[in-house]
Amino acid sequence: MSKAEIDFPPKGGFSFDLCKRNEMLIKKGVQPPSYRKTGTTIVGLIFQYCGFHSTFLEMLIGCLTKNFKEGGKTEDGVILGADTRATAGTIVCDKNCEKIHYMAPNIYCCGAGTAANTEAVTDMVSSQLQLHRYHTGCESRVITALMLLKSPLFNYQGYVQAALVLGGVDVTGPHLHTIYPHGLTDTLPFATMGSGSLAAMTVFESKYREGLTRDEGIQLVTEAICSGIFNDLGSGSNVDVCVITKGHKDYLRNHLLPNPRSYISPKGFLFPKKTGIDKFFGY
Amino acid sequence: MNMVDSAQPFKTLLGPESDSQRTQYPYVTGTSVVGVKYKDGILMASDMGASYGSTLRYKSVERMKPIGKHSLLGASGEISDFQEILHYLDELILYDNMWDDGNSLGPKEVHSYLTRVMYNRRNKFNPFWNSLVLGGVKNGQKYLGTVSMIGVHFEDSHVATGFGNHLARPILREEWNENMSYEDGVKLLEKCMRVLLYRDRSAVNKIQIAKITEEGVTISRPYALKTFWEFNAFKNPTVGAEGSW
Repeated sequence: MSKAEIDFPPKGGFSFDLCKRNEMLIKKGVQPPSYRKTGTTIVGLIFQYCGFHSTFLEMLIGCLTKNFKEGGKTEDGVILGADTRATAGTIVCDKNCEKIHYMAPNIYCCGAGTAANTEAVTDMVSSQLQLHRYHTGCESRVITALMLLKSPLFNYQGYVQAALVLGGVDVTGPHLHTIYPHGLTDTLPFATMGSGSLAAMTVFESKYREGLTRDEGIQLVTEAICSGIFNDLGSGSNVDVCVITKGHKDYLRNHLLPNPRSYISPKGFLFPKKTGIDKFFGY
Repeated sequence: MNMVDSAQPFKTLLGPESDSQRTQYPYVTGTSVVGVKYKDGILMASDMGASYGSTLRYKSVERMKPIGKHSLLGASGEISDFQEILHYLDELILYDNMWDDGNSLGPKEVHSYLTRVMYNRRNKFNPFWNSLVLGGVKNGQKYLGTVSMIGVHFEDSHVATGFGNHLARPILREEWNENMSYEDGVKLLEKCMRVLLYRDRSAVNKIQIAKITEEGVTISRPYALKTFWEFNAFKNPTVGAEGSW
């Protein structure tokens, strides 16, 4: 007995045909396969001059010592940080990957979760922002990127495992947001995501204060990422930092290398003669 | 050991009725305990909360108790199992005192005893659902160790249980040093407890700090930590985007 069934090729997107069967299996006690977490520590913080003094004397001292030296300029901005380890299960597959993705000249996004998902989603939104910039002729705003990121993540009901820390400076000031895989967003002065988020959050919760300068901010972000690198197994290798201020950005790739390869054989590695390469010295 | 154990052999064949005698999951639980070694001895901190699932049911539970003359025990996890462990230790110390030989059980010995108890219960599939921190000083030697519910035990200069492992240990690894004074130690522990208060949902703002030195045990009165909620982004998260959240 054959049913006359025409098999249509899937049109794209996700197919939810197996959901009922999965529910039945779960009821019977079969564990669903777990999502492979790629392990990360990503952080962001806003450094912002508070803008007011409690006493006239303090203001005077402030003007004379700090601001006067810098020519009366006070900086506002966002600092993003990330580690550089990518894991596939228990194996480190990339020792020095880039987790801080470009969205717009004034907006950058750190991605944790499945690496393919974070890359794809940030690329997609980055091109949408570019088109929007051509259309409007203005600098992109961080909340635009936020909306463009959270909508598809919500539509896919969390199946696109991308947890992001989005930061940037636009006309309205510095902004920092976190985006969860299901589409929830948060606006925060400091944020951490990824498997190393608890270790990094400890550093922020104990040391963050308002009115940080740019260098103090970089120092704090580096400390938080190092805490994730050394206390979390899913994070490791080096520290990447990205500082975004009004009209200017500093992408400090491998700002800190706290895990140097210490025991490199001085002889190098001798390939067999036919390979064509004589010697290889480890990097 | 006691009457409970004599009933075990009849129910250890894994049939459905054996489940009623085994601890399957905890009911009333305490959250993290953090302990550090400092110059004169051991400092331990814990909060006074015990949760019944997701309710903060009890807010005056002392989760750190002195054991004998030389030790201090802190526990997280099921409170009834902690009380049972205290009962066993009471008996242990009593028998030790009855020898009346001038010797007394030190922290190393009590730690070893606890390890055996925990591991044996785990082998019978009926664990004490606790993570224990044991600290003490005897004859000038400081000792700080931990035992988990399945019998994993080790000794270290700073230990934490539960959420404290993720939130407090990174701070301790960075900022602990061998010759901390009492004030430094208390400040470090308060830092850890503050982060736990912010980020652990089952923490309450009522902590105790316990100190054990050669002289003896002091457990402080309960007090609250100062917290800070006045960040600008908390007060005005939608600046630049009215109507969003």
